[in-house]
Amino acid sequence: MHAPITSTTRLPIGSDADLAWVRQQVRQTAADLGFNLVQQTKLVTAASELARNALVHGGGGHMEMTVLTEGAHRGLRLSFVDAGPGIRDVELAMTDGYTTGGGLGMGLSGAKRLVKEFALDSRPGEGTTVTITDWVSGLPAPRTGAP
Amino acid sequence: MTGLPAMHPGPGPVPVLALGDVLLVTLLGELHDGAAEQLQHDISQRIASSPMPVAGVVIDLSGVEIIDSFLGRVLAEIAASARLLAARTVLAGMRPAVAITLVELGLTLPGLSTALNVEKALSLLGRASSAAPTAHLEEGA
Repeated sequence: MHAPITSTTRLPIGSDADLAWVRQQVRQTAADLGFNLVQQTKLVTAASELARNALVHGGGGHMEMTVLTEGAHRGLRLSFVDAGPGIRDVELAMTDGYTTGGGLGMGLSGAKRLVKEFALDSRPGEGTTVTITDWVSGLPAPRTGAP
Repeated sequence: MTGLPAMHPGPGPVPVLALGDVLLVTLLGELHDGAAEQLQHDISQRIASSPMPVAGVVIDLSGVEIIDSFLGRVLAEIAASARLLAARTVLAGMRPAVAITLVELGLTLPGLSTALNVEKALSLLGRASSAAPTAHLEEGA
């Protein structure tokens, strides 16, 4: 039995250069963990949406990236934290096409569709934390003689 | 926790190349939001100020690893403003993983033409603009 690998990385979200950096780091980590290309792309896209939300609506914040191990399963948890005004009506904000920021209104609802687990915690006046988690799926990676 | 910082390309402007009466834009790697918005401005300017009428704009996405709703909106707006300036826009070479993700995200980019690669995008535009001679390309890249 290996000891559980747990490492958390914290990245700032304060500019559009930071968004690019967040995308690169999520991509790299997801690839290292063995996420397939489509999963990587979905995860990076969701991260990009949520990081931009933290920047545009929350006035900036940070992302915490944690590698998860649960038995043989490996996953990645990303938390996007801002100390902005918070979301007044979460249900409305999760509606496709609803936007207050000049986007397409696909950020939150779209990000939720792209990952396995999605949690949103927002307190008006205090800020918003969105946490997404995805797990490496597909065939087990260990070197069993694959056909 | 990677030891070496990955490549962090600068937010420089995206070059817009003229091939006959078609503008070709190749997007590569990480595009900063500011550079995407600048591109929208640059393309419109180029169409409006070109000495010869611009029939179309081809945006090569084969080097793009993700399209989120922001970049999707910028691409849709580039196409919409090009259309108002009498030019068609074709998105070329989108990666399958990006296409799958866009659909799940809920973005379908209505009104935008797509082609599997730049060559097919150019022939699509060549057929559409019967007045202009077809761009003659002898490049194999």
